[in-house]
Amino acid sequence: MGMFIRVDVDNSIVAKTPGLAEKLVEVCPVKIFALGKKAGAVAVVEENVDECTLCDLCMQACPQGIRVIKLYE
Amino acid sequence: MKFYEFEAKQLLRKHGIPLVRGEVAETAKAAKKIAAEIDGPVILKAQVIAPGLTATSVREASDPAEAKAAAAELLEIDDGGRKPKGVLVEARPSGPTYSLSFTYDGTAKLPVIAGSDLAGKIDDIGDEHPNRIVRRHFSALFPFSDYIAKELVRSMGFGGGDLNRMTRIVSGLARLFLKYDLADLDITSLVKLDDGSFVLRDVEADLEIEARHRQRPMLDELGFAKDDLRQVREPTEFELEGARIDAEDPRGIISPIAEFDGNIGLVIGAGGGSLTLTDAVRKHGGRPANYAAIGGNPSVDKARRLTKLVLSKPGVDKVAVMSNVVSNTRADLVARGVIKAIVEMGYEPADKILIFRVPGAWEADAAKILKKYGIEYCDRTVSISEAARRAVEKAG
Repeated sequence: MGMFIRVDVDNSIVAKTPGLAEKLVEVCPVKIFALGKKAGAVAVVEENVDECTLCDLCMQACPQGIRVIKLYE
Repeated sequence: MKFYEFEAKQLLRKHGIPLVRGEVAETAKAAKKIAAEIDGPVILKAQVIAPGLTATSVREASDPAEAKAAAAELLEIDDGGRKPKGVLVEARPSGPTYSLSFTYDGTAKLPVIAGSDLAGKIDDIGDEHPNRIVRRHFSALFPFSDYIAKELVRSMGFGGGDLNRMTRIVSGLARLFLKYDLADLDITSLVKLDDGSFVLRDVEADLEIEARHRQRPMLDELGFAKDDLRQVREPTEFELEGARIDAEDPRGIISPIAEFDGNIGLVIGAGGGSLTLTDAVRKHGGRPANYAAIGGNPSVDKARRLTKLVLSKPGVDKVAVMSNVVSNTRADLVARGVIKAIVEMGYEPADKILIFRVPGAWEADAAKILKKYGIEYCDRTVSISEAARRAVEKAG
């Protein structure tokens, strides 16, 4: 678990769009996403979550399925 | 990055600058051989970098046997934990002696040449005989013009053939200074020989450390190892670990890092700000435990590892996190890294952070993070000096 950031993923939404999981892995500059065990799903790499730069690229790629929460607000 | 004198002379010789006769010896026996070849009185200079060795690192010898004995002693000097890089054995011609210095004038923001009709370091001459120094600025952008050298040499009092001979030397040195990104080039004695020619006797040169990548071919030619930064002493375990942390993560930098014997841990940075901050801590009576310039937008993990390193140093109980105003380093990421380190070490961040003054990018988020952990965020309205004062006061 991150101390400062939490990333929530709704894989039921991510999996609906072919290639979206790969896109999420690709866009994150600090490698917070990895491909999940199930096809079309992503997993959150917890040790990288606090590196989140709040660039919002993941939320732009999947507005309905990804939420980035600042735990200090 | 300081050159050994024999290296500086190797560079100058390659470009046709006239130098006294001499060679570097790695053994006392080799020193004797060089002295015999010179066939006259010689001077022996241990090739050292650590400061404060000027008086002990030079000997004169009148014959090869004396040179051998002197070299044997000089090769045992402690150069900040290292042995000297040999002994430079040189002829010692006498005659009228002058000095030249090439450096950057921070106020004019231009390179400058200073010359004197006295031998020695220009700064020292300036302190005692300011009227015996002449100066000329030149451009770092445009090719060096002989005219500038001629003006300087003329104002040093030279005329006729001497004017032309000295102009060639000054121009050659100025071009080398620019070509090799030198930060300082000091000719502390330049002698006029009986035949009217001039030779450089004592030379000191420093390379601008940021130019070491660009100047790699020259450094390779001189035999500089890639990790040789010419520190004044061997790096400590603390410094080696800092370098490892820096090397293992390309995001941002925490270099250079140096260990001191104080009690206030420093995580500081921003384009010269780290030097100012260290000085400010000292000015207010504090004793820094380290110098660690952090910048270039380091990752949270890099800030975390640096903070852990600083706080795990014996005698360090608290850390001051301070920087100049930064546009390229995110204050919130630094705050995350510092707090994460302290929490992982089992402490309360508010007990360990003396001050957090990192004004700049994402400072609103940094302030929120710090507030959550009970730490006051200092913005740019708190001056560097005031931030250092508060840190020193809180350290007790």
